[in-house]
Amino acid sequence: MARRGKAAGRPHVRARIVLLGPGLSYLAVLLLLPLALLIGYTVFRRGRFGGIAYEDGSTGENFARLTDPLYAGVLTDSLRIAAVTTLLALLLGYPTAYAISRLPGRWRTVALVLVVLPFWTNFLIRTYAWIVLLSTHGVVNSALTGIGVIDRPLKLLYTEPAVVLGLLYAYLPLMVLPLYSAIERVDPQLLEASADLGARPARTFWSVTLPHTLPGVLTGCVFVFVPSLGNFVVPELLGGGRTVMVGNLIRDQFLTARDWPFGSVLALALMAFLVLLLMAQAWAGRRLGGR
Amino acid sequence: MIRIHAVTRRFGEVTALDGVSLEIEEGEFFALLGPSGCGKTTLLRVLAGFETPDSGTVTLDGQDLLGVPAHRRPVNLMFQSYALFPHMNVEKNIAYGLAREGLARAEIGERVAAVLATVGLTAHARRRPHQLSGGQRQRVALARAIVKRPRVLLLDEPLSALDKQVRAEMQLELKRLQHQVGITFLVVTHDQEEAMSLADRIAVLDRGRVQQVDTPVELYRHPRGRFVAGFVGANNVFSGRLLPSGGLDVPGVGVLPAPAGKAAGLVGVRPESIRLAAQGADAHLHGTVLDISYFGGSSRIAVTVPGLDRPVLLTVPGPATVTSGARVALSWDPESAVLIETTGDTP
Repeated sequence: MARRGKAAGRPHVRARIVLLGPGLSYLAVLLLLPLALLIGYTVFRRGRFGGIAYEDGSTGENFARLTDPLYAGVLTDSLRIAAVTTLLALLLGYPTAYAISRLPGRWRTVALVLVVLPFWTNFLIRTYAWIVLLSTHGVVNSALTGIGVIDRPLKLLYTEPAVVLGLLYAYLPLMVLPLYSAIERVDPQLLEASADLGARPARTFWSVTLPHTLPGVLTGCVFVFVPSLGNFVVPELLGGGRTVMVGNLIRDQFLTARDWPFGSVLALALMAFLVLLLMAQAWAGRRLGGR
Repeated sequence: MIRIHAVTRRFGEVTALDGVSLEIEEGEFFALLGPSGCGKTTLLRVLAGFETPDSGTVTLDGQDLLGVPAHRRPVNLMFQSYALFPHMNVEKNIAYGLAREGLARAEIGERVAAVLATVGLTAHARRRPHQLSGGQRQRVALARAIVKRPRVLLLDEPLSALDKQVRAEMQLELKRLQHQVGITFLVVTHDQEEAMSLADRIAVLDRGRVQQVDTPVELYRHPRGRFVAGFVGANNVFSGRLLPSGGLDVPGVGVLPAPAGKAAGLVGVRPESIRLAAQGADAHLHGTVLDISYFGGSSRIAVTVPGLDRPVLLTVPGPATVTSGARVALSWDPESAVLIETTGDTP
């Protein structure tokens, strides 16, 4: 039995190597290697014109700078912006996903295509479009002053809400899609059983639909939260170039301040936080799905 | 108590229910029997409130039922898949419907405990559905429905998901429960044995129409129409001309034992009424044994007879005394041959 199993297993091993090989070597070279470099950088001092001054020896002060109120403030701001974005995406995305799942088959496909349609346009261009909409003499302000709702243009652009708006716009589809697939998978018989036992539609939603779609809610939240936290294009363009979020901070350390070691520390801190978050999600997902 | 009048439901080109009218009495165990696609499940869903007929009326105790949304109907459905809530334990599943009635916590607790005892699942109250066997799940589904004390309990193929041993057990259980709780049961099934053993009355449905409504015994003894005769129990149906002196003249075969008559007609003879006869005057049919199925207590023999397009089936007690390929003679008493009414029947 065992010998036969082994003999039958050998071609599988070869097939696995052939199938996994290219992807794994790609990742090894282009992810693990840079990551190792990044980790290495953290203990050295910055070079005068960027790069690393290896000759100056190692140091622990790069990590100590994380507690600097200036940087800690940016980190908490980033967390808050990403969290608010995620919450809004959930509040907007759930009804959308729910409505799509209730459409007749053909229209469902159309609606889903419409949801992902913005992804077909360049992200930068779409974010620039928000500048046109939100600037002092932009479309929104012109419209509002035009119909006399306000006398003077509002400061919409280069504010934290503008950043949230931009991120929300960018990542809302990543909330809608997992929610849709979760809602669509709820057994319609369970909903009928709930109604049969005397539950109004709202009660059925809270007691049956929502608990069954929590894994989808979790996935959607992670999908929106993770890229929002690390994003630097939206805060750069809609946040007014100030260092608003940790993504900008990292970018600035590498490209403006030329402080690669501290940039590496920030990048690793962000990555460690996200890894913890994903582990928490996997754990919660297993608990919710464990029935 | 329930009056279904001229209910029709179409899905595009398909007519699932075609002018169905039925009356179900208080406390009755009523079965809707038919092959898959006959419309029985659609009718059940109409009663539960998940399907709206295109025309027709349904009343419960004289009150219109169709205008009442599903969650307000005094009717509960036991789903074929049971549709237990996987994220709730047994107790919570059963309490769910009571909580929707706004009952006090203490009363809910009492009623759940009582119904758990009735179905013998007290020890499993804290289990989740996936930790239960098929039979236990079925009991939970049943408990969840009867704890609501509905006017009518609808059961969609209640035993189909169970294996044979558990099925026989649950069949008795269902009947006992129905007597105990005194609720009107309306069961949908494609299994004629199940319908016969459970129900007080059976409505046979075919292609969206009611073919016959009768007690199991009447349905078996006096089936109306070729469909019912063939669907309810195994049957041999002969088509020919009835003779005034008795007998059925089947072209190309001869005169078979049958009651007297004077027109073209159908005659049904049950397999257990046919016996193997000695060759000679007593024999009415001659043929060759096609195959034999042994069931332990009895054997079913299929005999090909020249002139008949289907093999004649007969049941003999114990193992068969003949072998496949043997020449045999068959006979039966004229009294056991039943005239099949074909008025209003779609052949």
